[in-house]
Amino acid sequence: MSTSGFVQEKDKHEGWNRPPLIEPDGEGELLEVAMGPHHPSTHGVFRMDVALDGERVIRLKPVFGYLHRNHEKLAEGFTYLASMPFTDRLDYICPLTNNWAYALAVEKLTGQEVPERAEYLRVILGELTRVVNHASAIGFLIQEMGASGTPLMYAFREREKILDLFEALTGARMMVNYMRFGGCRVDATPAWLEGVRKVLAGLPQFADEFERLLCGNEILMARTQGVGILRPELAVNAGVTGPMLRASGVNYDIRKVDGYGIYNRFNFRVPLGEHGDIYDRFMIRLLEMRESFGILEQALKDIPAGPVMDPKAKLRGFRPKPGEAYGRIEAPKGELGFYLISDGGPNPYRYRIRPPSLINLTILEDMCLGMNVADVVLIFGSVDIVLGEVDR
Amino acid sequence: MKTVEEIKAAIEAAVPGAWVEIVPNPSVSGQHSLRLAPEHAFEVATFLRDDAELSLDFLSNATGVDWLDKEIAEKVKVAKTVTKTLDGVDQQVEETVEETRKRVVPGYLEAVYHLFSVAKGHGPVVIRIRTLNRTDQVSLPSLTPVWRSAEFQEREIFDLFGIVFTGHPDLRRLLMWDEFKDHPMRRDYVEPDDFEYEPTAHDDVLKRAEAHRAKLAAATAVQEGAGA
Repeated sequence: MSTSGFVQEKDKHEGWNRPPLIEPDGEGELLEVAMGPHHPSTHGVFRMDVALDGERVIRLKPVFGYLHRNHEKLAEGFTYLASMPFTDRLDYICPLTNNWAYALAVEKLTGQEVPERAEYLRVILGELTRVVNHASAIGFLIQEMGASGTPLMYAFREREKILDLFEALTGARMMVNYMRFGGCRVDATPAWLEGVRKVLAGLPQFADEFERLLCGNEILMARTQGVGILRPELAVNAGVTGPMLRASGVNYDIRKVDGYGIYNRFNFRVPLGEHGDIYDRFMIRLLEMRESFGILEQALKDIPAGPVMDPKAKLRGFRPKPGEAYGRIEAPKGELGFYLISDGGPNPYRYRIRPPSLINLTILEDMCLGMNVADVVLIFGSVDIVLGEVDR
Repeated sequence: MKTVEEIKAAIEAAVPGAWVEIVPNPSVSGQHSLRLAPEHAFEVATFLRDDAELSLDFLSNATGVDWLDKEIAEKVKVAKTVTKTLDGVDQQVEETVEETRKRVVPGYLEAVYHLFSVAKGHGPVVIRIRTLNRTDQVSLPSLTPVWRSAEFQEREIFDLFGIVFTGHPDLRRLLMWDEFKDHPMRRDYVEPDDFEYEPTAHDDVLKRAEAHRAKLAAATAVQEGAGA
């Protein structure tokens, strides 16, 4: 038995929240496989160094940094506003929630008010983003299970409709650069809101269709139920957030806990899982999508007229007073936070992103140990990450 | 939720000898933080997690901050004996003169942790631990055994800021490659020049390359001196 690259010191695993290490059985040699960085299931450039005993995973070490561009360092050299377009490129599936989290953190730092209409627009865009993200996440997950094409194209069909809406409002499908400190960049026209209503009217039918197509599928159930189980205590301790955490049965949704923006006004439920396996994560995303439809309906009904920017907001010569602030939102992938330190200058002294994708991967090894190598792909897919955010 | 003052009192009552300082936050966010001494940070963190009332079971964000050496210019009044010529006679006169004195406040690296409670739904409680300086005494206790979510985040701080977390089970670089030498998030980090990618190196580029090599050599000498 030889393993060249792996640290296998047992004492490193004792005394802190780690699973017991699995010992290989028999006399066979361990096989080391580098899954990635160009493995199609890694959603970008990400590597897992896996040690296998036959088909069983004995060790798994994630390797990051292939997409690292030190966004945090870049932001220290730019003004506050100039970092806004860069946030689009973090989690490029959900640029609008990234914008929102950054705007929220700056607003906490400066105490700017956001007009009603802008808050409603943010909720509408945030929930549309959640639908886009969850639909694609499920599509990709099924794709990795071997159902090539069909489910992913179902998801992408709806995604395109929503991206068209984003394009109509912001000018870009993905690199939206839409939110500002104290509001939003441009107002939505009545025709655009009508367009959202039209797309929204078709979404529940899509969810039904998608659910019918997938949920009763025998192969899907066999591959996902009881696989990649994450215990709730470990999930909380490891800082896992978002649908991953709720699939393990922990009721923690920042939209409810913090009630940031105007989320207190909406009536929605937080779906919780029971087993914390891949199937639960997949179901939680489906259910969350349905709750998002409800929020969207309420927001579209109540959206008031008015300005979308705080008239006192200053875009040029923007210099927050010295101090610091941590602002966070419930992004589709989990808790997305921005931590800013201002020294009174035009650039942030420190600009930190709390990436949900990276921190949700902390327990990847724990979930994969003892599983088959084919399950690793699924477990990894069920975490739902985007490498732009993991590596920043 | 308890205020920072109450949390400070609770920590001091529960962990004997713990030193806690409140770091006020002048911004409107009102997120004041608690600075802990590295010696007791681990016990205090365990207390914060396990205390029934606080139960800060969720470490959301862990990050580093680099504070450079600060030069402070102060005006000091000094009494001086000055020789003056009064009425044609030299006299010794006591005078108060204002002098500008400069002193350097040494910089430090700091780890900042944002804690929340999933059980109680409150937060954030911000704790900060600082190193003694930026060069040779840069180790802090790792909080990974208390909150697993610090595992990758402390690796990232180690990678980008160069804080060494003692007690971390697997302290390696996270984002940069293993052979990489410097810590790019430090404020005084010198970016590598791009001369190597110049297709045809000519006079100006060669000069820049030379200057860059000299700069790197100087930086390495300082680092090695600090490491030894």
